[in-house]
Amino acid sequence: MEKLLNELSTECCPAYSLDSDIEINPQVPESLKRNLSLDLPNISENDLLRHFTNLSRKNYALSTTFYPLGSCTMKYNPLVNERIAKFDNFAKLHPYQDSKTVQGVLEVMYNLEKDLCEISGMDCFSLQQAAGAHGEFSSLLIIAKYFKSIKQKRAKIIVPDSAHGTNPASAALAGFDIVPLKSESDGSILPEKLKEILTPEIAAIMLTVPNTLGTFEKNIPEISKIVHGNGSLLYYDGANLNAVMGVVKPGDMGFDIMHINLHKTFSTPHGGGGPGSGPIGVKAFLEPFLPLPRIESKGNEFILNYEKQESIGKLKAFFGNFPVILKAYVYIKSLGAKGLKNVSEQAVLNANYMLSRFKDKINVPAGGRCMHEFVLAPKKLFKNAVRTLDVAKRLLDYGYYAPTVYFPLIVEEAIMIEPTETESKKTLDAFVDTLIKIILEEASLEPQKLKDAPVNTFVGRLNEVEAARNPILKWK
Amino acid sequence: MNIPDNLKYTKTHEWVKIDCNKAKVGITDFAQHEITDIVHIELPEIGKRVKKEQPIAVIESVKSAFDIYTPLSGKIIDVNDNIIETPEVVNKSPYGDGYLFTVEFDDEKEIGSLLSVDDYKKLIL
Repeated sequence: MEKLLNELSTECCPAYSLDSDIEINPQVPESLKRNLSLDLPNISENDLLRHFTNLSRKNYALSTTFYPLGSCTMKYNPLVNERIAKFDNFAKLHPYQDSKTVQGVLEVMYNLEKDLCEISGMDCFSLQQAAGAHGEFSSLLIIAKYFKSIKQKRAKIIVPDSAHGTNPASAALAGFDIVPLKSESDGSILPEKLKEILTPEIAAIMLTVPNTLGTFEKNIPEISKIVHGNGSLLYYDGANLNAVMGVVKPGDMGFDIMHINLHKTFSTPHGGGGPGSGPIGVKAFLEPFLPLPRIESKGNEFILNYEKQESIGKLKAFFGNFPVILKAYVYIKSLGAKGLKNVSEQAVLNANYMLSRFKDKINVPAGGRCMHEFVLAPKKLFKNAVRTLDVAKRLLDYGYYAPTVYFPLIVEEAIMIEPTETESKKTLDAFVDTLIKIILEEASLEPQKLKDAPVNTFVGRLNEVEAARNPILKWK
Repeated sequence: MNIPDNLKYTKTHEWVKIDCNKAKVGITDFAQHEITDIVHIELPEIGKRVKKEQPIAVIESVKSAFDIYTPLSGKIIDVNDNIIETPEVVNKSPYGDGYLFTVEFDDEKEIGSLLSVDDYKKLIL
């Protein structure tokens, strides 16, 4: 393991040198002057460079390995967009600048809102949200405020068990009670079952489309009719938008409000601690409740409007994570309508190609067709106390990042695979061959290999239980 | 798999031990095995009014977080604080020291909807 900077530090001599005759402003009082030496690690510049270079070489990253992490859309994001986001003209602006001096930035945001409306079929967008769950949360605040404005008491949200796990968490945080709904074996919703739990207290139902089993909800028109007939709203978790761009629009299907993850679908790497962006889109009747400020076009000028009485208010410092917004804008403009549709079609094709190679060998709970991702249920093939966790660890030995495991919860010992549109057939084939070999051969013939895995990585199997029970969060 | 005869069960893998108007509740051996090593537990507050099948506790393992449902409606009169600091006890002794809470139930009739040991065996075996 690479040592920490503090562990690399040597006692012998300081690695920094400061001018001893530095002039201190006479107005600095004695009490504020430091008389102890600086408590910094002593490391030579070259050792420091090696430390960080060595760390970077231990990374598992999309730039080094296939990253089929289901539910995360780990696709190639054009590096040129990173460069554009760092242009001085954008990166060196200050958020307190007068809006007259940042018209270009406001234009980018204004135009992106319009583009997202076109892609999603919604009427208005807000770009302030810092991530998908933040988008869900602000949408739920809007739903609450909407019902308050029409003087209806609705305190419950229906969330199917095939939705993203953040949905019930966001709804609870926004003050709603959750009504769970059991989905069918392919993750879809039976309208009859929905009717049974639809009471006048239901504010909305949150659908993840495609759902966490990677299938498209086939009953949307009927669900929309039932839900709206009850006076409730229909929410679209658009984290999986990578599967449907240019094919269907949530707005056309009857959804009232939704969020999109720019950091999955639109050219910002997902993961690594952010920043992300989870814009929300609404139908016109919910526009008054969107967060402030709203970007508006007035004559030849873009302005920031802070004066909206019914708005849920401000959700994020300034205007959202602008570099992510900018990258999404560049990505959409580069690909165009045809290109975005091609993205989704290719993502779905890649996933179906992999699924078709797995489906005769490993149980596929949602059937032999999928959207952009799919779930394997290998439990019945496991002997010798082998679990999905062991399979995932063994994949690391073959140089792969492991897929999402144990999610969705509705499939026991689940393995969730999302190849994305940017992988070649050669990469997909090699991964399928490896996973089949591990599950069908190694798990029965050499189970210990799985239990001991990984052995070809920089560290072996970590004690995840101990790390959670007794975390050591600081050095010394 | 340990499935004691003297208990009632739920579809969501809680066990229930009825004693007069009180019911002691925990998770089954099957459940602790599926959840795997437990690392965190959230229990309800004493005095909380609960409704049958409402999620009132959370058990977290390295695998995921799981809701625990009260099998009966009533009032929480006791929670097992000992397992907060030592959640592994629920893995080791799900029917004993690793119980979760006790509910004083309102309606005896609700007991009828709980699963018998045979029903529960059918569910999981």
